[in-house]
Amino acid sequence: MRAFQILIDGFAISALYALGATGFTLIFGVSGVLNLSHGAIMVAAAVAAWAAASILNVGTYAGALIGVAVALITAFATYFAVVKPIQDSRRIPNEEKEIFVLTGTLLWGIMIQELIAYFFTNNAKTVLPIVEGVVDILGVRTPKNEIFTAIVCCLVIALLWLLVNRTRTGKAVLAASMNPRGVTLLGLELTNIFIVVWAIYGVLAGIAGVLLGMFLGVSSYSVGPLTASAFSIVVLGGLGSVSGSLIAAFVVGYLETITAYLVSPAYRTIPALLLLVVVMYIRPQGLLGRR
Amino acid sequence: MKTILSGALRMVLGAASLGVLVTASGAALAADPIRIGVIAEAQAIAGASIPQAAQLAADEINASGGVDGRKIEIISYDNHSSSADSVRAFQRAVNEDKVNAVIASYISEVVLALEPWASRLKTPFVTPGAASNEISKSVHADYEKNKYTFHGYLTSAALALSVCDAAKELLVDKMHMKSAVIMSEDAAWTKPLDVGYEECLPKVGLKVLDHIRFSPDTTDFTPIFNKIEGSKPDVIITGISHVGVQPTVQWKNQQVPIPMFGISSQATNETFGKDTNQAAEGVLYQGVSGPGVAVTPKSVPFAENFKKKFGNYPSYAGYTAYDEVYYIADAAKRAGSTDADKLVAALEKTDWEGTIGRVQFYGKDDPFTHSIKYGKGLITGLMLQWQDGKQIAVWPKEVAKTEIKFPSFVKLTTN
Repeated sequence: MRAFQILIDGFAISALYALGATGFTLIFGVSGVLNLSHGAIMVAAAVAAWAAASILNVGTYAGALIGVAVALITAFATYFAVVKPIQDSRRIPNEEKEIFVLTGTLLWGIMIQELIAYFFTNNAKTVLPIVEGVVDILGVRTPKNEIFTAIVCCLVIALLWLLVNRTRTGKAVLAASMNPRGVTLLGLELTNIFIVVWAIYGVLAGIAGVLLGMFLGVSSYSVGPLTASAFSIVVLGGLGSVSGSLIAAFVVGYLETITAYLVSPAYRTIPALLLLVVVMYIRPQGLLGRR
Repeated sequence: MKTILSGALRMVLGAASLGVLVTASGAALAADPIRIGVIAEAQAIAGASIPQAAQLAADEINASGGVDGRKIEIISYDNHSSSADSVRAFQRAVNEDKVNAVIASYISEVVLALEPWASRLKTPFVTPGAASNEISKSVHADYEKNKYTFHGYLTSAALALSVCDAAKELLVDKMHMKSAVIMSEDAAWTKPLDVGYEECLPKVGLKVLDHIRFSPDTTDFTPIFNKIEGSKPDVIITGISHVGVQPTVQWKNQQVPIPMFGISSQATNETFGKDTNQAAEGVLYQGVSGPGVAVTPKSVPFAENFKKKFGNYPSYAGYTAYDEVYYIADAAKRAGSTDADKLVAALEKTDWEGTIGRVQFYGKDDPFTHSIKYGKGLITGLMLQWQDGKQIAVWPKEVAKTEIKFPSFVKLTTN
């Protein structure tokens, strides 16, 4: 009974982690950008979905769409207002650009976080679930919304896989992550590929944010922990490796759930962080990292 | 067109600055104002009401002539829920803005950080919303040093008593419940609260089956509810403030069949219904006030005026902050001075009917020196329930509007 409970709850949370981390790792793989405003973009999506549904009364579906749209806009704003100017700058030496991008996106994330707190207070918000009610699975009372979350996450990840492996644009993205210079030699504009990647990222982060808002709820305080969890999942899986991130998301998700059930909810995140430290010692490139 | 506009603009600006000059010189002619510094969590719902309510009280007092001709001036500071920011604000309030008294914060950790500064800077200091027993125990332990601090809200010990008193009448006597699990967040204010719960719940007839303390950072409450359900209690007794929306929503989404009853500070906010998408339905929470609940004749007019001015009903700390400005003004009037020691002596003799009941402070020899007195005829607190998207009083019976009712997924194990 408890094993089933862990299996079911762990799956939903892992799938959500996987979705959140996929976009994060994709951007790093393709453009070498570690976007530390990741958590802020997810929270912005969830709060926008909440505000649209609860304050503007547009309904659950429209609210969710608005949430994803806000994430997309914020992702583009992050790219055009923060990341691109740093990458294009001639005054910042190339070898320092990464650290500038890290700092820039971190500060950008804090700005978004403070804006959310200013306009919507720092109290938690929850997005109204698209499906309500519970079902009994193997004796475990499971909210339908939890199943919905898991299904949507898996579907979106599958779609992403199709997009990357089966379409021309996707193949260009994949090529750019392997060898950016090679892609430009083939006559593809790297900037266009970056825009595509940020668009994919915005949609992924938006869906993850809205689902998180439905499943657990978010507040402006969630910004830091969300970025940190995406970061540790991606590092654990191997920076830039999408499949590595997927595996790492499930490892972290289940490790947290097992700890919460069998040890104490208070120590939930600790074993996953310890694992991260151990992996860094033994295999610094992460589980499936190439570098 | 441009010149006309800028000319008009200049005229407006000129008139405005003239107005400022006139009022400034006018104020200088009158006696010095009584300055009250208000340090609060402007971004949190509970904290945001504090400066607003204080300003409302000051405006009312000033409109009726002030205190012996002296106006009340509120100077507010946002502390970003941080102790360090609060200490800096306190120092600035006293040293630069020359305040006569400070009203600050609903977070116990912040208030405990400010308490020594009230002593060092010899400035009367009242908290409208923190609950830790340590605040008033420190005053008792070293009265001469810490006498500047007043606890304008119930201590955790009193809160536990209030919950137990309500639980006896509502849960034990009426619904014949026998057992409970305590679920509280790990914070300074819940330590004494839990001690109080453990002591008083068995006395009123609720056996404590388990006691779960969790980190305030918790986002997934599934394992916690799961563990609670495992011990099969009749009721969950809550002690939550930093969290609120998330456990409530997950309680509903997971259809946890056990009612929640106790302290849930976020549930006292009018916005809690919207924040939780009405998952709050059926949640029972302790409060000192509520919309439309006439604890005293002052409660409802204050809440309505507040809503008219700021668009929403005040949080619990709004009620207390409003009362505090009034009884600080009253103390200044009785003392005939804003000298810190005289103000403290006058505050100790406070007997003020405010919005949450009759405010008096425990004396030097009581264990909770300078905390507001709990009890019948003074302040007992209320038990309210979210019903049909509204906060309805269900206890004590003098103010109760209706019976308790639960959403259909809550299965009462006893009848």
